[in-house]
Amino acid sequence: MTKRINKKSEPEPKTGFSTYWKPQSGWWYIGAVISVLVALAVDILVPDSQFVNTLPYQIFLEIFITILIVLWVISVKANSLRKILYHKAQFIFAVGIALTVWDLLSTKSNILQLPFFPGPAQIISVIVSERETFLISSYYSLRLFFVGLILGTILGIGTGILIGWYRQWYYWLFPILKVIGIIPPIAWIPIAVVVFPNSFIAGLFLIVIASWFPVAFMVSVGIASTPKVYYEAALTLGANERFLLTNVAIPNAVPDIFTGLTTATGFSFLTLIVSEMIGAKAGLGWYINWAKTWSAYDKVYASIVIMAIVFSIILAVLNSSRNYVLRWKKGISK
Amino acid sequence: MSKQEILIKISGVNRVYYDTTGKATVALQDVDLDTRKGEFITFIGPSGCGKTTLLRLIAGLDSPQSGVVSIEGQPIEKPGYERGFVFQQAALFPWKTVEENIAIGLKARKVFKEKKLYIKDYIDLIGLTGFEKAYPHEISGGMAQRVAIARALINEPKVLLLDEPLGALDAFTRIELQTTIRRIWEKTGTTIVLVTHDVDEAVFLSDRIAIMTARPGRISEVITVNLKPERDRNDDEFIILRRRVLEKLELAGKHWSSRLIDPLEQPSISGVGEAI
Repeated sequence: MTKRINKKSEPEPKTGFSTYWKPQSGWWYIGAVISVLVALAVDILVPDSQFVNTLPYQIFLEIFITILIVLWVISVKANSLRKILYHKAQFIFAVGIALTVWDLLSTKSNILQLPFFPGPAQIISVIVSERETFLISSYYSLRLFFVGLILGTILGIGTGILIGWYRQWYYWLFPILKVIGIIPPIAWIPIAVVVFPNSFIAGLFLIVIASWFPVAFMVSVGIASTPKVYYEAALTLGANERFLLTNVAIPNAVPDIFTGLTTATGFSFLTLIVSEMIGAKAGLGWYINWAKTWSAYDKVYASIVIMAIVFSIILAVLNSSRNYVLRWKKGISK
Repeated sequence: MSKQEILIKISGVNRVYYDTTGKATVALQDVDLDTRKGEFITFIGPSGCGKTTLLRLIAGLDSPQSGVVSIEGQPIEKPGYERGFVFQQAALFPWKTVEENIAIGLKARKVFKEKKLYIKDYIDLIGLTGFEKAYPHEISGGMAQRVAIARALINEPKVLLLDEPLGALDAFTRIELQTTIRRIWEKTGTTIVLVTHDVDEAVFLSDRIAIMTARPGRISEVITVNLKPERDRNDDEFIILRRRVLEKLELAGKHWSSRLIDPLEQPSISGVGEAI
């Protein structure tokens, strides 16, 4: 038995619970590249048994492989990038295997049949051929989403400050907020389509509702929970009431604003898609519903993929702006 | 060192707290004390003797039921920057850097533009040069307390009120900071009122020590510290004085415990013992 001491790696911290880890091995990364290469080779070499344009899928895999190799070349000099890549290697490996199996089961053998269970090649082919529709739909969805979320957040912060800071506002508004806030926003759809002149404004109303309440609630909680000693400290430094609000209570509520905003974003995604499916004449939700009526399930899957990408990007941006704004908080910064 | 001019006058002050059941606790009873301009005065006593309450009355963070606390003849009604306060937990604003925390008084008073150049001086004064951009969670408890002192001092207060500022620190840091506080006091000439339960600290820093007893809280005796400005903890006079303060405190403690009816409510003067 040989005992080797690995000088490069620090021992795992003994925290009492199992810490998340993955071995960072270059071999796994090579395996990952090979597995995506296998997916590509299978798609090129195995004959199709469905009528699918597989070229976009093959180009997609080629781009994927190129990116993996380019990143690896860059990472030779960038240590932190290499760590991330090697950490993700097992996952990428699994993705390659999964694509291969999926491709074999659908396009190559027709075990998973069209139109309900398209293969990866078919979905990517639809995304490429319908790219204009997807771009326009995403544009309409995102416009509705951002206008609604921004309006709702502004209203929410305003209401939250009033409720959290002024007793009178708390007395009158907080019970209303509590009761209306728990109603799922989509319950308002029947009313919204009747009251508002067009589907954009109706959808806007629903998203404003969806984002308003979580933000208002969290901001009011954040303001009301400001430690008394911060107020006392500010008062002995010459603060007046206005200063206490703007420089003590509101900054103290900023972490809660972000918590509310994250909840609001999730609610807004849901409300956006549901309201588009029901009332709108544009947007990703409308498109899914339209494709369904034509039994074009490849387009349904394609829009789901697009939603996943778009919403993930939005959440990632929100998350990194949160980390930047809250860099003063313990445990947030690296 | 200390002029005879009176800065803070506490006369006939009573403060009673009522809990939810309506039971009264007398925090302060008939307290009289004059603080002179430029003086370093310490309130010392067991927990529950009302020393912090007294300090909060001077700050204007609390008000008495009867009696008057005044500064330069003006009754104190609310908090103000001319009475700087340092809390036991530094109470720095965690979302602001060291520099921004020190600047907050200037901003609150809307004199930031004119006086922002002073920030650097106060960072130098407390010895935190190089930490200007650090956030409170990135610095130690002792450093945070230094920032809290600078934050109060930048307003050039008439009096600096220190509420057990070193109570939560380890022994080594405490001694270091005592030296810093003494140096700052000598340099700025600010009147300082300190609340502590550490006898050593009181003797090392003060011109006068007000010994307080609990239930009801009152000042039992004021001891003048006649030591030379360069204080040495191993000096004979220092040791004698420390013992004297301690004896007074123990006497105050006995006096107090003999009044107790409930034996479960034994007074804790452990904080006093620690310092020896």
